[in-house]
Amino acid sequence: MTSTAQDVVREPAPAAIEAPADRTRRLRVGGLMLVFALIGLGLAIFTGGGKATFQLVSGDLQNNLLGVPAQPVALLLGLLGLVAAGAYVVRRVPQRYSGWLAVVLGICFIGAFLCWAAAGKTFPLANQFQGTLNFATPLILGALAGVLCERAGVINIAIEGQFLVGAFTAAVVSSTTGSATAALIAAAVSGVLMAWLLAVFSIKYLVNQVVLGVVLVVFASGITGYLFDQFLQEDAENLNTPSVLSAVKIPGLGDIPFVGPILFNQTVLVYLTYIAVAVVTFVLFQTRWGLRVRAVGEHPKAADTVGIRVKRVRYSAVLWAGVLAGLGGAFFTVGYAGSFSKEMTAGNGFIALAALIMGRWHPIGAMVAALFFGFATQLQSQLQIIQTPIPGELLLMAPYLATVIAVAGLVGRVRAPKADGEPYVTE
Amino acid sequence: MSNDTTTEPAQEPTQEPAPASPVKEPAASGLPSWAVQGLVSLSAIVLALVVGAILIIVGDDQVKAAVGYFGAAPLDTLSAALTAVGEAYKALAVGALGGMNPIAESLTQATPLICGGLAVSLAFRTGLFNIGAQGQLIIGAILAAYVGFAWHLPPVLHLVLAIVAGLIGGAIWGGVVGLLKARTGAHEVIVTIMLNYVAIYLLQWLLTTTAFKRPGREDPISPIVDANAQYPQMGDTRLHVGFLLALLAAVFVWWLLNRSTIGFELRAVGANADASRTAGMSVGRAYLIAMVVAGALAGLAGTQQVLGTDLPLTDGVAASIGFDAITVALLGRGTPLGTVLAGLLFGALNAGGLQMQLQTQTPLTLTTVLQAVIVLFVAAPALVRSVFRFLPKERGIGAVLAKGWNG
Repeated sequence: MTSTAQDVVREPAPAAIEAPADRTRRLRVGGLMLVFALIGLGLAIFTGGGKATFQLVSGDLQNNLLGVPAQPVALLLGLLGLVAAGAYVVRRVPQRYSGWLAVVLGICFIGAFLCWAAAGKTFPLANQFQGTLNFATPLILGALAGVLCERAGVINIAIEGQFLVGAFTAAVVSSTTGSATAALIAAAVSGVLMAWLLAVFSIKYLVNQVVLGVVLVVFASGITGYLFDQFLQEDAENLNTPSVLSAVKIPGLGDIPFVGPILFNQTVLVYLTYIAVAVVTFVLFQTRWGLRVRAVGEHPKAADTVGIRVKRVRYSAVLWAGVLAGLGGAFFTVGYAGSFSKEMTAGNGFIALAALIMGRWHPIGAMVAALFFGFATQLQSQLQIIQTPIPGELLLMAPYLATVIAVAGLVGRVRAPKADGEPYVTE
Repeated sequence: MSNDTTTEPAQEPTQEPAPASPVKEPAASGLPSWAVQGLVSLSAIVLALVVGAILIIVGDDQVKAAVGYFGAAPLDTLSAALTAVGEAYKALAVGALGGMNPIAESLTQATPLICGGLAVSLAFRTGLFNIGAQGQLIIGAILAAYVGFAWHLPPVLHLVLAIVAGLIGGAIWGGVVGLLKARTGAHEVIVTIMLNYVAIYLLQWLLTTTAFKRPGREDPISPIVDANAQYPQMGDTRLHVGFLLALLAAVFVWWLLNRSTIGFELRAVGANADASRTAGMSVGRAYLIAMVVAGALAGLAGTQQVLGTDLPLTDGVAASIGFDAITVALLGRGTPLGTVLAGLLFGALNAGGLQMQLQTQTPLTLTTVLQAVIVLFVAAPALVRSVFRFLPKERGIGAVLAKGWNG
């Protein structure tokens, strides 16, 4: 995103002229990378002897195990990470590829960490990825909803509220009708209703969107809580026994070893999520409507002067986003846990917001960030099972701290759409 | 599928007349603005009670039964509905105001809301959205509780030190936000939301460590703070001296904002950061000061929880106070007096809601809905006006502060 044209010089590049701001940034990011690399190396040094065993098929403790000597591999990965971080700091790689160094470091760090955690034990790797996808699914949908809203210039802090309402509706409709399709549709509709509140109050009544988001979350938690207390608890049998979506294996793709069962033996909702990522990316960047959405989010006045109806485009973007957020909410009940309980979304809407910001308001970026957050959450529960000295709570903090680091500009610049959060008033 | 808007046929450049755009219209009536605001707030409360009444009717068992034979005796449904609403609201009112104990309970509930609300209000006036009162409150509560149960000191001194620890904890957690905003431009809304979660996980983790865990208990709960470190109770109720501190804090915030040089700078930065910078004020310093003081105020709310109402530290110590504080501040329109009044109202709603739940089985969550709807209406005065047509025009609180992530 921030690749600049200045760096056309190739291999022995350090002589290239570097702007002071870029230099500061490189040193800051490089410093952070070095810290991570050293932590990784430190973990490798303290890795216990014996083998680290990785379970490649979930539930299978006998076959499909991958055993590696823990400490040598950890040390190797640690050193590789250090080399990558060092190469970034001293600019040994053309700037265009320097982003990959961070990726290499990230993989090395996680690898070293896993070797350290799994030394002498068995780490359920397949479960890890399965769980990552599970946790990430609602986050991806919520973050996509946020991308649509905010690209159109409407801040959406109310994702959490849309989740709650979607989860509630899906549970009730699934229990009463017994139809998964009806439950998903109802969840999407309820998401749209919440989005409609967001749209009307922000676009028509010009209420500050941060205020509005906060209030809508309180409202959603109150209304679902009230209806839960009054109806679902009294008549749980008829109203709160949704059937959980069953996994559908895609023929062919589902048989690929390791990857197949993780990616292609999932519920409809997960497949819808894959589709949503592709569709939102395509629509936002390849279609006329997408261009208009981005235009009203960046410079509504300019969009208005070329004849785009700013408010209408914003309404449509926010309402479509409601569909995605409602589906994301459905995941919590019919996609995963079954019955609804109060506040069951537990802050996931805010993690989705974080993912959207970490992903720099881009659908793909948001998805990657959501997967990272899902990975951290799942890792936390796995590590509790195999008992490592790292407190799970500290791992749960990781996504939030990562987001703070990201918005503080330590890792590249995070820039919101220009008119994000500004109501458009025609003069 | 063209990426080029200029080639498409220009649609009619309609300027749908901006419906009652509150941005441009100042108060047009003869009433002073505080009276208009009061009227709008009152109307919002009335509307919220109407919404609540509908929810009560929908959820009431007698009404459900009466609807079953609606055709035979339609009046039964009506009377059942009226009875349900009347009884629930009566229980709410009696629970909040009916006698010394209910009033004391309302004030107890209002205490941390006022301090938390002040934390949000102060930041508000500096042009910052402090969504992080929750996290600041938690950190304040952690430090205050630790000083409270781990140290053993003489009376008064112990309480003072515990309070100071809470203030420092909140100030640090808030100060980080101000510092990041001032130095890197990181948006405070995002940072505060994230730090809220960091704080709650920190608390959960601490409660598993030997330093914080109560000996002999497996669940996450700390030892009870020493009697010397507790706020003295007032009379025979749950109300404690922390309430007076909350009122003092409100006076302090009023003094700071309206009578001090720093406060002038804070308000100037809040009104127009660019102009303030041009005038030679340090915007970054204003952000830092505002967030440090706001954090300390939220930390004070934390001490009130852990040294006054909820003596041991648990992971539910903050309940939803930090978030309710936002709605309190919004209802109070960012002024110290308004925040106190709003805090009292919400405290009364919480206390009354508990009684309502006990007596009429109407769930406490109804008060959450009431609070959200009140603020929603207050934030959109144009909507309230469309119902109560006699109300004069007024600017919405949102419109004053309307700016985006980049602001």
